[in-house]
Amino acid sequence: MAVADIPTGETSEREFASGVPDKVLHIDDVHKSFAGLHALSNVDLDVRHGETHAIIGPNGAGKSTLLNVCVGRLPPDRGAVIFDGHVLTGKTPHEINQLGVARVFQTPEVFLDLSVLQNVMVPALSKRDGPFKLNPFAAFAGETEIRDEAEAVIASVGLADHMRDTASSLSRGDKRRLELAMCLIQHPKLLLLDEPTAGMARHDTNATIDLLKRIKEGGMTKVIIEHDMHVVFSLADRITVLAGGRIIAQGRPEEIKNNPKVKEAYLGEEQV
Amino acid sequence: MIATFSRSDWLLLIAFIVIVLTLPWTMQPIGAAYPDLLQKFAIYGIFAIGFNILFGLTGYLSFGHAAFLGVGSYAALWSFKLLTMNVLPALALSIAVAGVFAFLIGYVSLRRSGIYFAILTLAFAQMSYNLAYSVLTPITNGETGLQVRAIRDSAATSLRDGDVRVIDQFLGIPEIGVPISNLFGMKMSGYSGFYFCAALLILGFFLALCISRSNFGMVLKAIKSNRNRLEYTGVNTRPYLIAAFVISGMYAGLAGSLLSITDPIAGAERMQWTASGEVVLMTILGGAGTLVGPVLGAGVIKYAEQKVSSWNEGILHNAVALLPEPLQDLLVWFFSFFVGEGWHLTLGLMFMIIVIFLPGGLMEGFRRLRRAFSGGRSADSAKTATTSTVQEKS
Repeated sequence: MAVADIPTGETSEREFASGVPDKVLHIDDVHKSFAGLHALSNVDLDVRHGETHAIIGPNGAGKSTLLNVCVGRLPPDRGAVIFDGHVLTGKTPHEINQLGVARVFQTPEVFLDLSVLQNVMVPALSKRDGPFKLNPFAAFAGETEIRDEAEAVIASVGLADHMRDTASSLSRGDKRRLELAMCLIQHPKLLLLDEPTAGMARHDTNATIDLLKRIKEGGMTKVIIEHDMHVVFSLADRITVLAGGRIIAQGRPEEIKNNPKVKEAYLGEEQV
Repeated sequence: MIATFSRSDWLLLIAFIVIVLTLPWTMQPIGAAYPDLLQKFAIYGIFAIGFNILFGLTGYLSFGHAAFLGVGSYAALWSFKLLTMNVLPALALSIAVAGVFAFLIGYVSLRRSGIYFAILTLAFAQMSYNLAYSVLTPITNGETGLQVRAIRDSAATSLRDGDVRVIDQFLGIPEIGVPISNLFGMKMSGYSGFYFCAALLILGFFLALCISRSNFGMVLKAIKSNRNRLEYTGVNTRPYLIAAFVISGMYAGLAGSLLSITDPIAGAERMQWTASGEVVLMTILGGAGTLVGPVLGAGVIKYAEQKVSSWNEGILHNAVALLPEPLQDLLVWFFSFFVGEGWHLTLGLMFMIIVIFLPGGLMEGFRRLRRAFSGGRSADSAKTATTSTVQEKS
């Protein structure tokens, strides 16, 4: 579907054409409800090329729902998600990934029965071969170029010592790193991270921040959902705050810090 | 592909070839070295290898694979009746028809996963079985079963009066007595029939090895491991699953064809759910996801079916002849429940024991034995064992 075919009509088309410059992701008036409960209402959001955009909010604010709408896991009741000129609404997760959107889940989703190397090589094959290629005689062991690249990516996330281990034998933090490597090898245009440091010890969290900063230097656009304010303010170029399924604030980290609405709705007494 | 086989792959392949080809000698001590049983080892080995491509690699449990076995059998019989008693067209036709049939069933069934998929495949297989007994009687010959007959005397008579075999007639191949399937004149009965089946078993094993070591095979393993994640890495899993289902169905069609080749009569009972359940047992018993396990499971079950079912009290008495008579009687009384018609009890117990104590099947048992005999290297083997299991399984 081209941008001109956006189901929400003229507004979104106009906004996409003339709104925020150099934007990669445009979320246009998205609504989503579950059994009468409004998980998302009138959500409009733009993510610029190369920026790290954090989405924060208290539990039940609709952050994960928004991410699920972006990657095709949940269809919005109304509105559209536009990425790099393509309307994502109605597309399947594999189609969205093939357009250049990769996702890190809240709970690490890896191939537990496969080795770390195989875990990273499979997404690389998908990137090269597309969504389907019947190749029963193309030897996996013969993919030396992809293996070399996978080994380099695995080393870059600090899992070089676990290359041949099964993913099930990794710690939770290492599984997160592995999942990140699975995304990075695809060189996505947009990386969506759902609480990438949840459940991590401070040391692992700092290591992940360092890793994501390094990725930032590569110019990849990232959207991060995170509860840990240390992570958010270490990484984010811009922040969107959700509460009750609505956007209550958007802006640069220092603007969000001083926003009274945010303090009231989310940060409360924490006083960032 | 072959160039990238590891040393262990080559060793596995060579060992498999040697073991299969020497079965007529190695099976003698356990009384299984006669052609009929050896043919069944090979045929059901092919069936199980194919089933394992679907179940072992993707984790999708089909309860309807007997339908493809039956379709393959009927297709081969029709090739014998209409074309020639040469087995090659029969093989080609069976594989092609089973492939088309598998595509149709797979296309619908693979819209669901888990128990729903299993029930859908079971429903399709039972539907096929019942159709074979009812409305499809002109094709299947109903309860009597489809079989080859002598070539009919006149073209004016119907197929009920005799077969056609247009290729054999065109080539002027003489037919004396009961028509027997052949490979350019070599009869497909007895040991020649076994070696023909064995050659196809080796070919089937080699292809399964290639698939398992390929990019395609790796995607299938990833589907089994985490289909959701795979979708988010850009892979459209459905066509991969359909391809695995069709390949698996074609293996079943080949096995069905070989059943007709070695014994040219096909009945609808080959499509019954018990036959589908049998291949599930074979695969789980031997070790789902392993290359050798399903073949081993097929061998064990076919051996039990043929041999244990033929044992009687006399054989049991001979086996315990050295013991005192009262003890003999007690043991014979007890074990008589597990032999003869009670062989299913033996099979059931064996299956329960394997599933409870060796969830990875007989192959897991061998791995444990190997680890135990490798001598005290198990201290740090917990980690490496997991890794090696992945490599062996993959």
